[in-house]
Amino acid sequence: MIREVMTANKAVAEAARLAKPQVIPVYPITPQTTISEYLAQYVADEKIDAKYVKVESEHSAISAAVGASATGVRVFTATSSQGLMLMHEILFAAAGMRTPFVLADANRAISAPLNIWNDQQDSIAQRDAGWLQIYVENAQEALDTTLMAYKISENPKVLLPSMVCLDGFILTHTVEPVEIPDQEPVDEFLPPYKAEHAFLDPKNPMSIGNLADPDYYLEARHDMQVAMENSIEVIQQTCDEFAEIFGRKYGLVEPYKTEDAEIIFVAMGSLCSTIRVIVDQLREKGEKVGLLKIRAYRPFPVEAIDEAVKNCDKLAVIDKNVTFGIGGALYTDIKAKIHKDAYGFIAGLGGRDITPEAIFEVYEKTKNVPEKEVTWIGLKED
Amino acid sequence: MIEIRFHGRGGQGSVTAAEILAKAAFKDGKYVQAFPFFGVERRGAPVMAFTRIDDEPIELRYQIYNPDYVLVLDDGLLNVVDVFSGIKDNTEVIINTQDFEGSGEHVVHSIDATGIALDLLGRNIVNTIILGYFAKKTQLVSIESLIEVIKETFPGKIGELNAEATKKAYEMG
Repeated sequence: MIREVMTANKAVAEAARLAKPQVIPVYPITPQTTISEYLAQYVADEKIDAKYVKVESEHSAISAAVGASATGVRVFTATSSQGLMLMHEILFAAAGMRTPFVLADANRAISAPLNIWNDQQDSIAQRDAGWLQIYVENAQEALDTTLMAYKISENPKVLLPSMVCLDGFILTHTVEPVEIPDQEPVDEFLPPYKAEHAFLDPKNPMSIGNLADPDYYLEARHDMQVAMENSIEVIQQTCDEFAEIFGRKYGLVEPYKTEDAEIIFVAMGSLCSTIRVIVDQLREKGEKVGLLKIRAYRPFPVEAIDEAVKNCDKLAVIDKNVTFGIGGALYTDIKAKIHKDAYGFIAGLGGRDITPEAIFEVYEKTKNVPEKEVTWIGLKED
Repeated sequence: MIEIRFHGRGGQGSVTAAEILAKAAFKDGKYVQAFPFFGVERRGAPVMAFTRIDDEPIELRYQIYNPDYVLVLDDGLLNVVDVFSGIKDNTEVIINTQDFEGSGEHVVHSIDATGIALDLLGRNIVNTIILGYFAKKTQLVSIESLIEVIKETFPGKIGELNAEATKKAYEMG
């Protein structure tokens, strides 16, 4: 085990190296690019024994990933923003064909207007594709979650692909200390993938993902729903197993000072770090406030959220995305499933810096009951 | 927590300087974070980079608006951007310049890093040199760790020359 100062992109590439993928089809895009560069270097240096597939677009990258994964090997890919948009069609095929590979998404805003900076609209726009989505807060969590994602996706009760979502620039281009595990404990935690169900083998020919007429399609989609429900338990088990070997504890959600909190912030990704600092500052002033960090967005961990917020009065949900006409995606999910007074806040779109002042404003507004159910924070009025 | 803001021009190595400083402080046993001002970097255009150093894990994920230290790699920027933006009463500013006279309002140190660079490197690249001066003035990072990271970042002769130039600036601090 070594500790080094690195970006979350390098941490993800290190995780991919440790997971020993056999095929890596990837196409570069800001701010994901350095992931694809590190992996190309690792393959060239024979640090990974994988086929690095250079493709002409993200549509091809994801198509190659599905094809490779369907042969029963471990596959890694990564993208961002418009690249993920271009993958959209095949994301559904990947989940429907039950190919359990991992994609790292460097969260970035969507055009137009053109913007290369961070928000989470790109992955939120893929939420119904049938992928697991886990949002990470720092570079270490990006590495650890990438490793766990394989174990979760490859579990026979799940067999759905996973998206590890890391905030573009805020994580991908920020260096901080990261612990890189040794190969041996990783191999113990994540043995080679062995496809046992449906996979392409010339010795035992079969076809996957072909026509399912109205007599079959409904059942195939229901199987995916069951797999997604199963993944709740599998994620928790995998996090527990990871903690036993590596000592770092994760879960479906991460509550912080929620037990006696009257108001709880709910958020995903790197923003949770700053919120935690603000929670401490508000607590020093006597405010009863906490944070619920949502790691697993799909599956949506309703029971874990219910348990964490059961004693509070109000929820302040901050989204770095918008579902136009209704509010942020996390906010609308919370409203649908959690029976608490919840208020939505849209912030940080297109890389707008979310400062402590913005978070204090969310708190004050929630405490005094906002005029609107959904408030845009930091909006210039003129 | 110590917050440091770098001002430079695209291509001068401000982001690399912010990362080298973070890595050196990490070697000294500190928690660190460094990042560029996120954007489209163009050669010659004004850029910023940031470093945070603390004894505890760093959980702040926004830009630095009220730095404890400001390092300016190019005094030509003084006419272009407000390098004093958001500084506090006790903020110290270090400027690479041959002829800057402080206004008296702020604690400003000037070092002719360009002179050292031209003398020892033969090129006007001052990003490591200004760190040497910073290390001595602030004692926030050891010169040993700084030199080690510079040599790791630039292997071979370039690293040796940068290390020598950085030590020279350290002695002037």
